[in-house]
Amino acid sequence: MRVALMVTCLADTLFPAAATATVRLLERLGHEVVFPAKQTCCGQMHVNTGYLADALPLVRRHVRTFDPYDVVVAPSGSCVGSVRHQHAMVARRAGDERLASRAESVARRTHELSEFLVDVLGVTDVGAYYPHRVTYHPTCHSLRMLRVGDRPLRLLRQVRGLDLVELPQAEQCCGFGGTFAVKNADTSTAMLADKLRHVLATGAEVCTAGDSSCLMHIGGGLSRLRAGVRTVHLAEILAATEETGAAADPTRTAARA
Amino acid sequence: MSRTFLGMPATAPRGVGHLRGDEPFPAAARRALADPQLRRNLGHATTTIRARSGAVIRELPDWEQLRAAGSAIKADVLARLPELLEQLEAAVTAAGGTVHWAADAVEANRIVTDLVAATGSDRVMKVKSMATQEIGLNEALAAAGITAVETDLAELIVQLGEDRPSHILVPAIHRNRAEIREIFLRAMPGVDPALTDEPAALAAAARRYLRQTFLTTPVAVSGANFAVAETGTIAVVESEGNGRMCLTLPETLITVMGVEKVVPTWRDLEVFLQLLPRASTGERMNPYTSMWTGVTPGDGPRAFHLVLLDNGRSAVLADRVGRQALHCIRCSACLNVCPVYERTGGHAYGSVYPGPIGAVLSPQLTGVEDNASLPYASSLCGACYDACPVKINIPELLVHLRAAHVAARRRPTAESVAMAAAAYAMDHPAWYAAVQRAARLTRLAGRRGRGLPPPLSGWTIGRDLPEPPAQSFRDWWARR
Repeated sequence: MRVALMVTCLADTLFPAAATATVRLLERLGHEVVFPAKQTCCGQMHVNTGYLADALPLVRRHVRTFDPYDVVVAPSGSCVGSVRHQHAMVARRAGDERLASRAESVARRTHELSEFLVDVLGVTDVGAYYPHRVTYHPTCHSLRMLRVGDRPLRLLRQVRGLDLVELPQAEQCCGFGGTFAVKNADTSTAMLADKLRHVLATGAEVCTAGDSSCLMHIGGGLSRLRAGVRTVHLAEILAATEETGAAADPTRTAARA
Repeated sequence: MSRTFLGMPATAPRGVGHLRGDEPFPAAARRALADPQLRRNLGHATTTIRARSGAVIRELPDWEQLRAAGSAIKADVLARLPELLEQLEAAVTAAGGTVHWAADAVEANRIVTDLVAATGSDRVMKVKSMATQEIGLNEALAAAGITAVETDLAELIVQLGEDRPSHILVPAIHRNRAEIREIFLRAMPGVDPALTDEPAALAAAARRYLRQTFLTTPVAVSGANFAVAETGTIAVVESEGNGRMCLTLPETLITVMGVEKVVPTWRDLEVFLQLLPRASTGERMNPYTSMWTGVTPGDGPRAFHLVLLDNGRSAVLADRVGRQALHCIRCSACLNVCPVYERTGGHAYGSVYPGPIGAVLSPQLTGVEDNASLPYASSLCGACYDACPVKINIPELLVHLRAAHVAARRRPTAESVAMAAAAYAMDHPAWYAAVQRAARLTRLAGRRGRGLPPPLSGWTIGRDLPEPPAQSFRDWWARR
C-alpha cells in the first residue's frame, strides 16, 4: 500500500524520531511511504486558540497537499482529530463549501497510526521487540475525538520483551492543551503534577503515548524532576526490533535525557 | 407570533448578579491551586461523584438514546421558545398562577422584591436555585430589608460561612466536614456547642435550625428544573426534602425560572427525570420530585408567581452554534469530570456557573469580552462532552467563543502577531524550514529553556523544553 505520511509540524521539528519510526515501521510491514514535502501544519494551534482566519490557509494547504493520496497516516491522535473535526468547520465558517467537502474527503482517508495498523492493515503483532517496563497514557484527542480505544494497548501487548503496566487514572488529561499550557500555566502544571505522580507510581521506565505533544509535556515534567523516566512515542516502540535496538534514531546524535 | 429581528438581544447587565469575576481565570486559579485543603476536598468529592454516576449510567442500556432524546427535545424547545413560553404563561394563568416577564436581573430582582414586600413578610425561605444566585436575589432582598434563608444544606453552609457557591449541585463542595462544623459553631443561631463533625450530627443541626424557618416563614422563593408548557406544571428536583417544605408550606410561592427551562409536554419529563439524577448525583431516581400546577384551594400556597428570566438568554439563543449551551439541565456532570475544575474549584471561574458549562455559558450571557478568560480555561480534553447528558459539545463551544474573542479585538496583540507570523511561515515551506532550523537555536534560551521570556516562560515554570534534534524530519527525509 502507498501511504502518505502526515508528519505533523511538532514531530517534524522537535520529535523526528516519532516520524522516522513511523516510516521504518510501515516500510518493514511492506508498504511504500511517501512524504508530500509541501505539508507544514494542520492549523490546530490556530483553531484552538481562536485564530480561525489564520488557520484557513493552513487547512487549504493541507487539503491541497494530501488530496492526491488514497491513504494518509499520522503519528498523532490530536492532529488527525483536527483534520477530522475542525478542517471542514474552518472552511465552512469562511464560506468555502468546496474546500469543506474536499477536507471531509481527505479526513475520511486520514488515519492515526494505531487505527491504521489495527483497522486498515489488520495487524496487532508488528514484530517489535522492546525490552522495557512501559506505561501507556491515552491522549485525550485519541481517546475522545478519535475513539482509538484499546488499539494502542493491543499493539503494545504483542511487543516482545515489553512489560506493560497500567497507568492509574489514565484517562485524565495531562494538562497540555496546546496554548492552554502557557495561558493557564499554573493549572496546566497542577494537572501535570498528578499525571506524573501516577506515571511514577507504575515503576515504569518509559511512558508512551500516540501524541508527541502530550509526551513533550509529560516528558518536560519528568525531565524537570530528574525522574529517570523517559517518554517515547508509540511509533518508536513499535518500530524497535532486536536488530535495531531501541536507540535507532537517525535524527538525533545525542541521547535524550 | 412573529417578531422582527432588531439586532443583537441584550446581554446580562453589569453591576448586578454573579456572572462576572473580579479577575481573569488564570490569576484566580493560581490562588486556588495553592490551597492544599481545597485541592484535597475537591479531588475527594469529584472522584466520589464520578464513580457513583458512572456506575448507575453503565446500568442503562439505552443511555445514549436517552442523551440523544434529551438533546433533541432541548433543540426543539430552543427552535420555538417564544411560542412555548406563551403557551406556558397561558396554562399557568389558567391554573391560578401569575406570570411575570423579567428581561434581566434588575427587573427580576425588582419583581420578586415587590412581591415579597406586598405580603408584608421580612423573611423568605429559599430552595436552592441557580437562577436566583445568578441575579443576586439575596442581596437585592437584603437591600430591601428582607432576609433570605437558604434551606438546602450545602447552600446554607455557604450562606452561614459568608462564602460563595463553588459547584452547581454541591455549592459547598470545597468544604470538608471539619470546616462545616466550624462554620455552624460560628454562625448558626442556637447551635449546640458540643456539635461534632459527624455528617449525621451536622445534618441534624441544620435540620433543627431550618425547621423553625419552615414553620414560620410565609413566603418561599424557588427556581425550577422544568416547566411543562402544555399543562403549566413546574418541577423542582432535590434530595433533602427542604424543597418540598418550601414549595408546600408557605402562603406565597415565587419561582424564578430561566426561559430555557420550558419543555413542551409532560412526556418530555420522562427523558429528563432519567438523565438528571444519574448524571448529577449518581442516583437512579431523584429523591424528592415536586410538581405543581398553579394553585389548588386548600392545598399548598394560596398565591403562585412565576418569573420568567431572560438575562442574556436571548443573546445566547441568537447564536446558532452557541445556543446549545441553553440545553443545560444543571446536572454538573461536566464539573465533576473536568480536570481543570477538579484542581481550581468553582470560585476561580468568577461566575455562579463554574466548570466547563460555566466557561461556555457565562461568557455568552455577559458577552464574551466580559468573561474573556473563561473560554480558555480548558485543555479541550473533551471529558465534559462525553459526560453531558444532553450532549452539549462544550469543546466546540469553547473554540467558537475563543474565535469570537479573537474577532472582537480591535488592536493587534503580541499573541495575534505571533499567530499571524506562524501562519505565514507555515504557509510558505521555505520559511517554515528556516524557522525549523532556528528552532534548534532554542538551546540559546538557556538550559532546558529556563531563559525564555513571557508568556513562554509559563511553560518552564514546571516543565523543561525538549532538546532540539540535530535535524528535522524533512531534512532527514531529503538526505535519505
